[in-house]
Amino acid sequence: MRFAIVRFPGTWSDRDCYRVLHDVLGQEASILWHRETDLSGYDAVVLPGGFSYGDYLRCGAIARFSPVMDSVVSFAEAGKPVIGICNGFQVLCESHLLPGALILNDSLQFRCEWTHLRRDGGDTPWASAIPAGDVIRIPISHGDGNYFAEPGTLDELERDSRVIFRYCDEHGDVTAEANPNGSQRNIAGIINRRGNVLGMMPHPERAGEDIVGGTDGNRIWTSLIEAGLAAVR
Amino acid sequence: MPVSQEALDAVALSRAEYEQLVERLKREPNEVELGMFGSLWSEHCGYKNSKPLLRLFPSGGDRVLTQAGAENAGAIDVGGGRCVVMKVESHNHPSAIEPYQGAATGVGGIVRDIFAMGAYPIALLDSLRFGTLDEPQTRYLYDGVVGGIGGYGNCLGIPNVGGEVFFAAPYNGNPLVNAMCVGVADIDKLVSARASGEGSVLLLVGSDTGRDGIHGASGLASRTDPESRFAEMRPAVQVGNPFMEKLLMEACYELASRHSDWIVGIQDLGAAGLTSSIVECCARGRTGAVIDIERVPRRETGMTPYEVMLSESQERMLIIAKPEHVDQVTALFHGWELHCEAIGTVVGGPDVIIREHGEEVARVPWETATEPPEYRRAGERPAEITELNRFDIGSLPDLAPGDASAALLRMLARPNIASKRGVYRRYDQQVLGNTVIQPGGDAGVVRIDETDLAVALTTDCNARLAYLDPYAGGAIAVAEAARNIVCTGANPVAVTDCMNFGSPEKPDVYYTMEQAVRGISEACMEFGTPVVSGNVSLYNERSGRPVYPTPVIGMLGVLDDASKHLGAGFTAAGSPVWLLGADVAQPAPTLAGSEYLEAEHETVAGLPVVDLLAEHRLQQLVLAANDEGLLRSAHDCSEGGLAVAVAESSMLGAHGFESTADFDPGERLDSALFGEAQGRIVVSLRRDSDADRLRELAREYEVPLAHLGQTVEAETFRLGPIESTLPELTYAYEALMRL
Repeated sequence: MRFAIVRFPGTWSDRDCYRVLHDVLGQEASILWHRETDLSGYDAVVLPGGFSYGDYLRCGAIARFSPVMDSVVSFAEAGKPVIGICNGFQVLCESHLLPGALILNDSLQFRCEWTHLRRDGGDTPWASAIPAGDVIRIPISHGDGNYFAEPGTLDELERDSRVIFRYCDEHGDVTAEANPNGSQRNIAGIINRRGNVLGMMPHPERAGEDIVGGTDGNRIWTSLIEAGLAAVR
Repeated sequence: MPVSQEALDAVALSRAEYEQLVERLKREPNEVELGMFGSLWSEHCGYKNSKPLLRLFPSGGDRVLTQAGAENAGAIDVGGGRCVVMKVESHNHPSAIEPYQGAATGVGGIVRDIFAMGAYPIALLDSLRFGTLDEPQTRYLYDGVVGGIGGYGNCLGIPNVGGEVFFAAPYNGNPLVNAMCVGVADIDKLVSARASGEGSVLLLVGSDTGRDGIHGASGLASRTDPESRFAEMRPAVQVGNPFMEKLLMEACYELASRHSDWIVGIQDLGAAGLTSSIVECCARGRTGAVIDIERVPRRETGMTPYEVMLSESQERMLIIAKPEHVDQVTALFHGWELHCEAIGTVVGGPDVIIREHGEEVARVPWETATEPPEYRRAGERPAEITELNRFDIGSLPDLAPGDASAALLRMLARPNIASKRGVYRRYDQQVLGNTVIQPGGDAGVVRIDETDLAVALTTDCNARLAYLDPYAGGAIAVAEAARNIVCTGANPVAVTDCMNFGSPEKPDVYYTMEQAVRGISEACMEFGTPVVSGNVSLYNERSGRPVYPTPVIGMLGVLDDASKHLGAGFTAAGSPVWLLGADVAQPAPTLAGSEYLEAEHETVAGLPVVDLLAEHRLQQLVLAANDEGLLRSAHDCSEGGLAVAVAESSMLGAHGFESTADFDPGERLDSALFGEAQGRIVVSLRRDSDADRLRELAREYEVPLAHLGQTVEAETFRLGPIESTLPELTYAYEALMRL
């Protein structure tokens, strides 16, 4: 597959995503400066983590107006796969491709640590190879990862099976202790109605090789790659 | 008219220094020149008190690519055409006044030193010291400093992989904030901070220049200011903009790695701002320059040349571009959405000339400016040390066996020993995708892209030991750093140092600095680790009392095969556990300067000792054993001694431990469990059968060893008279997180 990895001013997970997609998983990948507007040559778009525009305003609030974002919105509306990781998730929420917002962690502090995520929810090409109930281990690294939405929105997300990942303990139990940032209902990742857009705070690109702590993150990328291959067949 | 004392005080020059300046200039300096010389001749920029001592450091070696002090940081050949660039730097005084921004801009400054060399920063470490936690101000400083380091480093996307946090009363009101940065470059793409070639253009890139940070170098960092002046000094602390720095870092790396033929040099703007960066670049290239100061982009109107030349506004870099490539360099920075202004030109001659609208406002000979007076002072051994060294630890009551389990829990909960997870989880530890060993072990380990290599990184200094014996303390800082490096399977290669002391004008303080430098030098010779860069921070005092002598050692180790890295935790059940370097039994004097002595007897006393030869043999043994694949883990014994080391390995690897039936603490239980004898490493082996080979190797390297016990699946922890469980140990160990 051909992945477009968007680099906003202040993005820092761009190279990490490239490493995993290109070097580890053997996919085609390009890093695109945020002024690029042509996404026609790509099969999937990655909005990586970082501090776009320093996060001096609300996280993602400025990046949302970057030239590339109109194209990303069209790409998503055409049903093509888009993933927003960390700051990318924040940009997707600011762009209204996903509901809700990411607010300051309830600890009021930045948190970088390994977390366990339980696969919940319905179909999405981003997690098609991860059976419901499976637990994967992926790190977080953010100051504003506390998922917030109105109760009605949360109920709708649950009803439509759009909560894809929840923070849990190593056994898969969704507990308050396993919630690293105060996210409502332990939400770590959600999809849009069509299921082609995934936003998640944890960093799958940081769990791509055993020597850096694990490979569970690759299950997300390979879900999409296999789904893409199946579609072609 | 003779210059007023007030004017000299403002720039921290003495009357004698002023007279020397007039003699060398053969005229009186004007106001702008006086400000520039005050900064350049300050301790912070000019090292006038420390330079003669720093020359004692061994600084050369086969792998060393830079001359000591000649560039912004030291560069070391790690093989495969790549080099590692590293340096540690202090931001103590600003952090005492404004902890968040002081620490944040400390990170910003050290990172610029690294990418100014053309390297891409791959790791940060920070070595922090605070007063005691019962002081409310300590908590404010602790939270602010940690927040500032995280706030800046996280935004840059550089992983923080290690460091230390230490609390002691002598740091009350005067915290030490030392930040270390490590970068990687292709050797043939290293950039010098040099101005040369008549007609080369000086480009100022990054932030606009404001009135912040004026007199940071000469004022804040080069004398002792009373706490009552903190409020008025606060404007001398700069405010960081890590987003700007991130763009600068990417742009400078792109320039250096892809277009090195466009430029002559890159220099960061740090202490003393434009003044020091221009003058130092010219001195390195032995050439003059003309600066048109009205071209410097300003944050505010009405700034005088004095203010522009001495501003320490952050996130600025000076690029010395070849004239025919100025447009391309400018376009590159514009591509990253950064300012880039031509502010001057390299000319021949002995002077840096500052003009405002064509009119000369300052003329500074770069040679005089970069050759401040040097002071060789006479040190005097502090009388109190002699007294403390004589203290008979054997006269104290021993630990009762029945109290041993509780004592371990008390020790694990001590802020100096307790887990620092509450600190490092506020730092991004994994960005860039190369972190092999995260903080919490002996040293951070980071893979180098496009090679099989990894580097191991650590900072160390046990300042309590340096206080009791500055020579031994300096040597121990190096020995412990090397031991930490070896415990990850890496070979110690080079050192960067940060010398934190009180006023050098006090003979007893000067003595401790001189002794520490000598101790470091001897240890660096023994381990073959040259000092390739460093920083000095003096005048660290509060109410007339200096901080503990704190010679912080940052060390680099190299693992030729990243997959051979070792962790500190017991990761499997049934592994035999051995102590290398000593027997379990230890005499009372090994409690000298220990955490135990301070915790349980409120005593800081004794005479620390180090045997560098034995230490070196021990480290070679561990490397040899790891090479043969015998080891599953290795962890050094430092603060808290043997009991704490074994408990930490148990907790880190989530496996219990049972000591052998014949565990013999000898005549004193406290020194066996909690003594801090140097040169000891706890290892776990892969197989029972490996013990024979380990014994053989130990004989070969002449290292004593003792069988301690073995790891178990259960959560039990038994070490001699100590009986506990992993949850109990962990609860105590996480005390600092419940602060």
